[in-house]
Amino acid sequence: MNAVAPAGTGVLDAALQSAETARYRAHDWFAVLRQQGWHSFQSLPMPKLSHEKWRFSDTRTLSLADYAPAPEPTEAWAELLIARSQLISDAAGLIVHIDGHCVLKPSLSPELAAQGVIFESLEDAIKHHPALLKEHLLKHPVGLGGDKFAALHRAWLRSGYVLHVPKGVEVKQPFVSVTWTLTDGVAVFPHALIISGEQTQAAVHDFHFSAKPDQRALAISVADIHAGKGSQVHRLAVQAWGSATQSFQIDNTCGGRDSLISSVNAAVGSRRARLENAVRVEGEGADVRLYGISVASGEQEFDQRTLQIHAAGHAKSDLLFKNVLLGKARTIFSGLIKVEPDAQHTDAFQTNRNLLLSPDAEADSLPGLEIEANDVKCSHGATTGQIDPAELFYLQARGIPLATAQELLAQGFLEEVLAKVGHEEAVAIVREMLRQKFHQA
Amino acid sequence: MADIEESQAQREAVEIDRSKGDFKFEENYAFDAGIGLTASTIDYIVKVKGEEEWIREFRQKALKVFESLPMPTHWATEDLSNIKFEDIRYYLSKGQKAVRTWEEVPDDVKQTFERLGIPESERKFLAGVEAQFDSEAVYSRMKEELEKLGVIFCGPTEGLRDHPEIFRKYFGKVIPMGDNKFSALNSAVFSGGSFIYIPKGVKVNQPLQAYFRINAENFGQFERTLIIADEGAEVTYMEGCTAPKFETATLHSAVVELVALKGAKIQYITVQNWSANVFNLVTKRGMAEEDAEVRWIDCNIGSRLTMKYPGVILRGKRARGEVLSIALANDGQHQDTGAKMIHAADDTTSNIIAKSISVGKGRSTYRGLVHIPKTLKNCRNNTECDALLINEHSRTDTYPAISVRGQKNSVQHEASVSKVSAEQIFYMMQRGLNEGEAMSLAVNGFVNDLVKEFPMEYSVELKRLIELQMEGSVG
Repeated sequence: MNAVAPAGTGVLDAALQSAETARYRAHDWFAVLRQQGWHSFQSLPMPKLSHEKWRFSDTRTLSLADYAPAPEPTEAWAELLIARSQLISDAAGLIVHIDGHCVLKPSLSPELAAQGVIFESLEDAIKHHPALLKEHLLKHPVGLGGDKFAALHRAWLRSGYVLHVPKGVEVKQPFVSVTWTLTDGVAVFPHALIISGEQTQAAVHDFHFSAKPDQRALAISVADIHAGKGSQVHRLAVQAWGSATQSFQIDNTCGGRDSLISSVNAAVGSRRARLENAVRVEGEGADVRLYGISVASGEQEFDQRTLQIHAAGHAKSDLLFKNVLLGKARTIFSGLIKVEPDAQHTDAFQTNRNLLLSPDAEADSLPGLEIEANDVKCSHGATTGQIDPAELFYLQARGIPLATAQELLAQGFLEEVLAKVGHEEAVAIVREMLRQKFHQA
Repeated sequence: MADIEESQAQREAVEIDRSKGDFKFEENYAFDAGIGLTASTIDYIVKVKGEEEWIREFRQKALKVFESLPMPTHWATEDLSNIKFEDIRYYLSKGQKAVRTWEEVPDDVKQTFERLGIPESERKFLAGVEAQFDSEAVYSRMKEELEKLGVIFCGPTEGLRDHPEIFRKYFGKVIPMGDNKFSALNSAVFSGGSFIYIPKGVKVNQPLQAYFRINAENFGQFERTLIIADEGAEVTYMEGCTAPKFETATLHSAVVELVALKGAKIQYITVQNWSANVFNLVTKRGMAEEDAEVRWIDCNIGSRLTMKYPGVILRGKRARGEVLSIALANDGQHQDTGAKMIHAADDTTSNIIAKSISVGKGRSTYRGLVHIPKTLKNCRNNTECDALLINEHSRTDTYPAISVRGQKNSVQHEASVSKVSAEQIFYMMQRGLNEGEAMSLAVNGFVNDLVKEFPMEYSVELKRLIELQMEGSVG
């Protein structure tokens, strides 16, 4: 069972891991959490293709060797990247990390601070809000196959942020987190913990970038959202790591009674990127919307695994993942709707649409349903196809060159999801990133 | 008018409801390979059947493959581990030879099939019938004119012995022995089944039928079927299955291979109504060459656990594959069915329509595979799966896997889960139906467009079966 090489280096180095853990002696609960992570990482096997949750994934090229934590960046780099992180002008707060080091701590407006809103780096929150963290940090189970990577994240947990919006507070402006990788071969483990109290409203934008376009790095990020009763949480997560990065993003959301949760996952970066997005509907009246959008090019592999669990009835969830594939890219969409026995009156839907723009691209779909209650409306749909030749002809007949026409139609295909972001500046950023992919390819 | 009369006659012909199947006769077998499976069990079967050495080698090799493969419980249900391979009887026969006149059939066996309506149905509308009782066929007859045309309809032993030039080429080729654990098991101990050859251009208008019957407790039935439709030939084959209710679990594990050569059409219809203690683990796959068509029409009503995913390998240009599937899972039943479409040539199309109904604590599962590799263009697949849940604890799962590359290929997949709406039931009850009748009617409506695809006599029977199954499911 033990798949870890005995003499590991970098993130596989036990001595290095425990030396870093020792720094948290003053917060022993956190040190224990990291230690638990290390133990379960070592006991868990590396995933194999034969494992149903890794079906179609290229598990042979999965490797954790040769990635190590990196030292703090130089001031010059920090300055430059902080400047490049000013993406959202009306941000309620901005936090910036480089190689796992917080280089810009958020400063909240006095009003938000007075309302009790917490938006802090994980390092600070460990010191300031241990009770809150003990209750919520890494409490969601990982159910989509990435247990080993989640365990490694826990073992090396250090950077990230905590957002807590207390009962009754509504914040319209987004909280923004920008995470960079800079050093070649760096391993980063960004964490996002979002806790929205009863009857609150909050929006979060998470950007994941590499300082250099062909950055080699390992990124294992985890985002846990606890949406309280009647709260509204909107999250945009942008995965734009460098083209030689292996990334894993493990998102877990719990929706309480009457909560409204929407998330948009946009992906353009990484050599291989795996997204695991699980939502557990725990209260009646909850409404969950999950959106995914990507343009995969070159030899990229985007591996998307989603889970909509309905543990309570009278709730809704809807999922739409759209992928455009160029070059030799590959996307895997595996989605499951699970309706538990007592979750009657559930409406759960799931749609995956893939647009193949190259004969060498491959789109795999594994849409699934497990329904144990009878009074439900559930459906899934998956399509994979090309651009309608009639539409292409229409544009060409009006003098638009083939390549431009294809790009326009593909962008039109993606626009449906972009419309769900709900923040114009953010939409423009994502749209531009998607557009650039057509020109790299 | 005559047509109506005829169809009514046919309606009475194929009687296959569960209560009809629930009887058994004394077991007095001349040949019994004993309990459990070893190399010597296989030697015994080979000896009794007088098979050639290459078949013995094939079987022995398959046994090793079977033993080496793990149970597929990493994706399939844990219920599979309840199969006790060491308690099963792998070969039982009365030493009978398949006879060609009904009068020659031994009395108890004859009664079995008469109660199931086999001879009448044959007289009425079938081009040929084969009836299998445990391991061997007891009766096999085909209309003479077909024989004159060169149609072959026999069992695997006779097929491989008398027509090796036809059957050996494809035997074990569409489904290799190592395809899965149960195809390996079948390859080791197969006995009975139909080997059919339709010569070039021959179109058999009336269906050929086989009837499978398990009579002995703890018995495993492993029939093997290979149907070859030569260029431009057409054939429809129907099979039905029953077994009495035993105390202990029984295993049925068949391998069915279809070969449709250029321009040929094969339609394979199954109405599976095993009793609720049969593990029904069947591998079915067809190969369609250029312009050929393979169509599986599959209805699963009986058994404890059915795992069956009929597939079509679309090997030639413009080949077409279709799976129409109905599954009904009641208390204690798990219908794990689906379809596989492997596109391997340009311009191929496939269609899958699966409908399942879960009643009581029944569970139905759809698993599908659609594969279009990158070298291909203009391939199309359409998949629709609909599930109907009747009671609070009914369960359904859908697990399709779709993999697409290449140019101008398109696939679409849709699945939905619903229940019979209270409004529908209310509407019908207002018009004087009781709740059970209303539910039955709604369920029949749900599967109606698929039931229509079955031959008349089967579709009528199916509707009746569904009604029976729905009895007492509400209220």
